Amino acid sequence: MTGKRYRWLRALKTGGVHAALIAYSALVLFPILLVFMNSFKDQMSIFGEPLKPPTPATFSIEGYKTLFDVANFGHYFVNSLIVTVVSLLLIVYLGAMAGWALAEYEFKLNTFMAIYLALGIMVPIRLGTVGILRLLAGWHLVNTLTALILVYTAMGLPLSIFILSRFFTQLPPDFKDAARIDGASEYRIFTLVLPLVRPALGTVAAISMIPVWNDLWFPLILAPSERTKTIVLGAQVFLGQFLNDWQAVLAALSLAMIPAVLLYMIFSKQLIRGLTAGAVK
Amino acid sequence: MRRKPFPWHITVFLAPAALIYTVFMIYPMIASLDFSLYQTVEGGKQVFVGLGNYIRLLTDPLWSHSFWNAFRNNVVFFLIHMTLQNPIGLLLAALLATNIRGAWVYRTIIFTPTILSVVLIGFAWKLILSPTWGIWFPLLDKLGLGNNEIAIALLGNEKSALITLALISVWQNIGIPMMLFLAALIRIPTELIEAAQVDGASGWRIFWRIQFPLIIPTVGIVAILTFIGNFNAFDLIYATQGALAGPNFSTDIMGTFFFRTFFGFQLRPGDPNMGATVAGMMLLIILTGVIIYLYGWQRRMEEVQF
Repeated sequence: MTGKRYRWLRALKTGGVHAALIAYSALVLFPILLVFMNSFKDQMSIFGEPLKPPTPATFSIEGYKTLFDVANFGHYFVNSLIVTVVSLLLIVYLGAMAGWALAEYEFKLNTFMAIYLALGIMVPIRLGTVGILRLLAGWHLVNTLTALILVYTAMGLPLSIFILSRFFTQLPPDFKDAARIDGASEYRIFTLVLPLVRPALGTVAAISMIPVWNDLWFPLILAPSERTKTIVLGAQVFLGQFLNDWQAVLAALSLAMIPAVLLYMIFSKQLIRGLTAGAVK
Repeated sequence: MRRKPFPWHITVFLAPAALIYTVFMIYPMIASLDFSLYQTVEGGKQVFVGLGNYIRLLTDPLWSHSFWNAFRNNVVFFLIHMTLQNPIGLLLAALLATNIRGAWVYRTIIFTPTILSVVLIGFAWKLILSPTWGIWFPLLDKLGLGNNEIAIALLGNEKSALITLALISVWQNIGIPMMLFLAALIRIPTELIEAAQVDGASGWRIFWRIQFPLIIPTVGIVAILTFIGNFNAFDLIYATQGALAGPNFSTDIMGTFFFRTFFGFQLRPGDPNMGATVAGMMLLIILTGVIIYLYGWQRRMEEVQF
């Protein structure tokens, strides 16, 4: 085979790979862009020309207006934000403390605690819903954001502890030993090593964020009141009620997607690193 | 000899996480299992019935019909993910691992649906497949399927609804196996592949003879993650078909069956004891899968590797 022919064959192969990936990317983007595009059109053109982008003649934000008049999306968004941010802080910091304890100290129950805390990685917390609801009802925490935060923290901790303890194990010992010789307390050492694993903290936050932000199950069961609805539950209820107002439905879908897409753009690096780090056996 | 002081710092580091995890995850799980061994009688009193609820769920026609229906549907749902999502995810990962230009753009795009809420994805697809919106219909006409009853209402038909929902779920979740496979493929030392290329091996041969055998552990991880995710799924069916998992329960899976049993539907009031029993069965199914993975698959993998 001559070099020239070989190069030609390679270009053909590369072209084929690009074609396949572009085709699949189109399949991914089509539904999302379709919804987004049509949310800015009037009812007539949504049905008449669904595949055409909005023009000055067909542009309309009537759907978004209905949305703001009827449903309290701003409030739902704030609820989602509070629940997600507080849960993530607890997942990351309490997870780091526990992960540090398991990685750094030898004590009798170390292995037992490591296995006990890892159980939650494999067993979905939803299966304890009956118990969770009875417990929270007893404490009068149903229909509070606190309930969601506590449950999501418990849900996220196992993976957080597992990943972070592995990162702490990989830290070089010299630094910690030097600090100990200088007489630093164990608590002080923890605050000194925490910045060293900052990329890992970001990673844990990124992979823990998706299931918390997007969950429907626990808001539906633990906090369905108007005051405590998250954006996913709010969108779900709204979509069910406004089934025939397509402008409003498309606007609701688009609006609910935007925060997640923005978060994804900001955190995609950490997220991808987290997924790939978590995959190591 | 001086006794070591009690290691308070270890307790301080571990206690908050262990406490929240125990109170809101482990305790409710055990309480739920315990609750499944009781029945509520008139006056709200709890009576111990042993495994009676489980026997009822599996044999009493009033319950067993729905249970086996949901279980069968869930198995179909899982098999579609295993035969489509994971192989296509692997294919995409293999294409991305060829050091192609712009790989990160493709990767970011293909992962996008995975970060969106299932509720939004399910509803968006419901609109697209709806006969009232002119997207799916004209496409069918072009394909010459304009009069096909099943194709017209994919989600409204007992024969096609479950498969359609599984395909939507595959479309959404394919990013996860893709990322995990990609991570495994990238870890393979490039020297191995370059050596094979020098020997004149084709890309196809390199993939099956070198890359695939090295990422088999990831195949196992992806399979067990898919299994746990599928047997715990709920949001997609609830958002598109409602708690009744229509048409005629043809899309009912364990998650929706659990929800209905616990909270009740239409004229049937919720039964927390039976709800806990369904959750107990789901736990049993998932644990069976995890144990098969840990002892059947992973142990064999270790024998092969060392």
